[in-house]
Amino acid sequence: MVQQPEVPSPSAMEAPPVVEMRKIVKRFPGVLANENVDFDLRKSEIHALLGENGAGKSTLMNVLAGLYRQESGTILVKGRPVNFVSPRDAIQAGIGMIHQHFMLVPTQTVTENILLGLDKPRFRMRLKEYDQVIGDLGDRFGLKVDPSAKIWQLSVGEQQRVELLKMLYRGAEVLIMDEPTAVLAPSEIDGLFATLRSMIAEGKSIIFISHKLQEVTAIADRITVLRKGKVTAGGQPIGEMTRQELARLMVGRDVVFHVDKKQLEPGEIVLSVANIHADNDKGLPALRGVTFDVRAGEVVGLAGVAGNGQNELSQVITGLRRCTEGCVELNGEVICNQGSLYSIERGLAYVPEDRNRVGSSPNLSVTDNVIMKKYRKAPISRGWILDMMTATRFAQELKETYDIIVPKVETPVRLLSGGNLQRVILAREFSGQPKMIVAVQPTRGLDVGAIEGVHRLLLTQRETGAAILLISEELEELFSLSDRVLVIYEGKLMGEVREADLDTVGQMMTGTPLEEIRKGGGKQNV
Amino acid sequence: MSDTKMTASGSQGFRFPYRVKLEPRLEMPSRYFPALVSIGAVLVALIIGGILIAFSGGDPFRSYAHIARASFGNLGVLSDTIVKATPILFTSLACIIAFRMKLWNIGAEGQFIMGAFGASFVVLLPVLPADASPWLFIPLMMLASMITGGLWGFIPGYLKAYLRVNEIISTLMLNYIAVFWINFWIFAVWSEGGFQMSPKFPDNAWLPRLLDFSKSFPAFRGLTTHLGLLIGIVAAVILWLIIYRSRWGYEIRLIGDNPHAARYAGINIARNTVLVMMLSGALAGLGGMSEVTGMVHRLQTSPIAAGYGFTGIIVAWLSKLNPLVAIFVSILFGALILAGREIQPSGVPKMIQGIILVCLIASDFLLRYRVRIVRTEEA
Repeated sequence: MVQQPEVPSPSAMEAPPVVEMRKIVKRFPGVLANENVDFDLRKSEIHALLGENGAGKSTLMNVLAGLYRQESGTILVKGRPVNFVSPRDAIQAGIGMIHQHFMLVPTQTVTENILLGLDKPRFRMRLKEYDQVIGDLGDRFGLKVDPSAKIWQLSVGEQQRVELLKMLYRGAEVLIMDEPTAVLAPSEIDGLFATLRSMIAEGKSIIFISHKLQEVTAIADRITVLRKGKVTAGGQPIGEMTRQELARLMVGRDVVFHVDKKQLEPGEIVLSVANIHADNDKGLPALRGVTFDVRAGEVVGLAGVAGNGQNELSQVITGLRRCTEGCVELNGEVICNQGSLYSIERGLAYVPEDRNRVGSSPNLSVTDNVIMKKYRKAPISRGWILDMMTATRFAQELKETYDIIVPKVETPVRLLSGGNLQRVILAREFSGQPKMIVAVQPTRGLDVGAIEGVHRLLLTQRETGAAILLISEELEELFSLSDRVLVIYEGKLMGEVREADLDTVGQMMTGTPLEEIRKGGGKQNV
Repeated sequence: MSDTKMTASGSQGFRFPYRVKLEPRLEMPSRYFPALVSIGAVLVALIIGGILIAFSGGDPFRSYAHIARASFGNLGVLSDTIVKATPILFTSLACIIAFRMKLWNIGAEGQFIMGAFGASFVVLLPVLPADASPWLFIPLMMLASMITGGLWGFIPGYLKAYLRVNEIISTLMLNYIAVFWINFWIFAVWSEGGFQMSPKFPDNAWLPRLLDFSKSFPAFRGLTTHLGLLIGIVAAVILWLIIYRSRWGYEIRLIGDNPHAARYAGINIARNTVLVMMLSGALAGLGGMSEVTGMVHRLQTSPIAAGYGFTGIIVAWLSKLNPLVAIFVSILFGALILAGREIQPSGVPKMIQGIILVCLIASDFLLRYRVRIVRTEEA
């Protein structure tokens, strides 16, 4: 409890940064999430942290917020080294993080949520008094929200304000906002930006995590770009960089690795997606008029930063989500809004993004998991009876063909490694010659060997004439496997590219349509 | 609020040098491991129960010996144990099939009562004349009880599937309605001379008992084990086949384990919710029929609504939701109930039941995690 004397310094640049992180290293099993990352935050600035999903932004900030501990490296707050063991320590040092998923109790009021976990008030909840305090605090920072309202009655934008108030009430000087705009409607985003500016005016400092270039250039003073756990641009003033440069720093310039891809003439149109509109789980529009075709023997890639409608698109195609407008046809038959069974029976294979939650059933055996889409028909079932002998034999065959490493096919799949589980899923989806394959992030979280295996399997399917829609965030993967790549941003297609021109793709992924890039030469300054 | 605490050193004083570390088991445990863990859990429960008996002034060894003798000591008490086990077997099967799909049917009690009502309906309305052949009586009563029990499962199933009504609440509430429903009939319609019970069923509507064959097998004299046991065992075998060897059972297992994957595989979850609840109700209803026509021989509230539906929940869990295992666990519980009559503070067998349940459920944890004691890291 040392009183820190505010050192008044004549020049602002002389004062130590509010937060300084030096050579932060954070490792997770199999991944180096942060590799010697330097980061600093000055007083009264908005510092944006830009990077793709998995670049290590959230990890770095979780270290700063006391949720993770770094393996090495130091954190300085106002020039003094700190050692956070828990988020409590971080908040005591004035650092508060607002996560993407709000941590609020829906049935309690705003005030109750803000006071939750604090020492005061001790016994009696004098809610009326505290409502007043919270209301005043909200007015000061332009965070309008009714303190006596229950959380479930509030919109997402208002809930975000409650999270901000929670941190401000705890005396946070530094606010970390993890992709704050991801959950907001466009109109709410302007409100948020206004709030952030008024907080800066009150002397707070803000770290703004995002992967959306437009937002970052609109709000931030300085910018740090992370790519695969390393800093590619450290604390650059925003005015000095063009959008292309930022996009390139974010996406990188990795050599596209070459796989043996045979030259094939694409055949008939298999999947036709026309003007699809659909809402996400929160009821906000996620897809706004998506149109494209996929032909037999062709891999069409869909690039985009996560959360731009890719998941919703795959769900609409596979019948797991209703579309509000538009039409999906498989070999000329309408398959959208018909339920998933309808498309399964018509030869649509789906490798879902979440292999644990959607793609497999953890406590059931390998056998049970591979028959998931075939158990309805002979030879796996005869009438009502499930022929376990045939099913086991089928699983054995797949185990051999797809190199699933498991002692017995009776093993529950929760005991399998990620790569093996993915092979189980691919084996299930690819056996029996699907006409159309929708594969979402099929290599996420797999090691290099497993990735290669998945790629080979996808290309084999292409050669046997399947049409493939590959949705991925890995540009290298997309460009090495796909015949052409579509880019999606906020539920709209930004255009189609055939060559791995990362500058262009980077700009498209951050919201510039291809036509505009071609028209303006893409040289506009930000 | 400018005073900031830089390090969190204040609150950490002494730290215990060892701590328990839990690691998820990543390999499949050997085939006998689950059985060993379960037996171990029952032993631990008996030890805890013994300690408690000792504290209340009893001799645990004598108490346990007495329980064993009172329930398995001779053919007569063994038969009584089985008679007690029969209704529990049915209700546990009802719970097993529902729990397999993670439908928390707490209403086996009510479904059991409604099954007893359905069977009584055939006898007392009467649908069949008193001198009709047992070959007619028994199948018709079975059918009637499955329909009434199934209806009692259909209601919460439908509400859950299409209106998202929590099945725990609705099945629990339907239990009370079932009790009042049969009370109405035995008070107002079928009352025997103003007593709160129906007239005794005609002999042809009784399920055959072992003692009926004592003429040819003298050893069966006085044994009240009835056909319900056989029906229950057959039902258990059929249920096992449904769960593990049928298309429908596969769907049930898949929905129960991961509804997202089931939806992804194109399975209609709502329809299966209704069907499984109906099957669950029908099984409990069949148990009600077995009890009323095999044991009580008249419709009467107290021996029918004796809590078998709730015991069935426990037995279902202890059997790890395996219908064949449920046969043996039911008999164990029949023995504990019977012993309750023998041991004086009759709360003791109930207490032992409870302790066994807690230990077995806790032991499940050992199947999923490996417990290790490690030195506290320097953090």
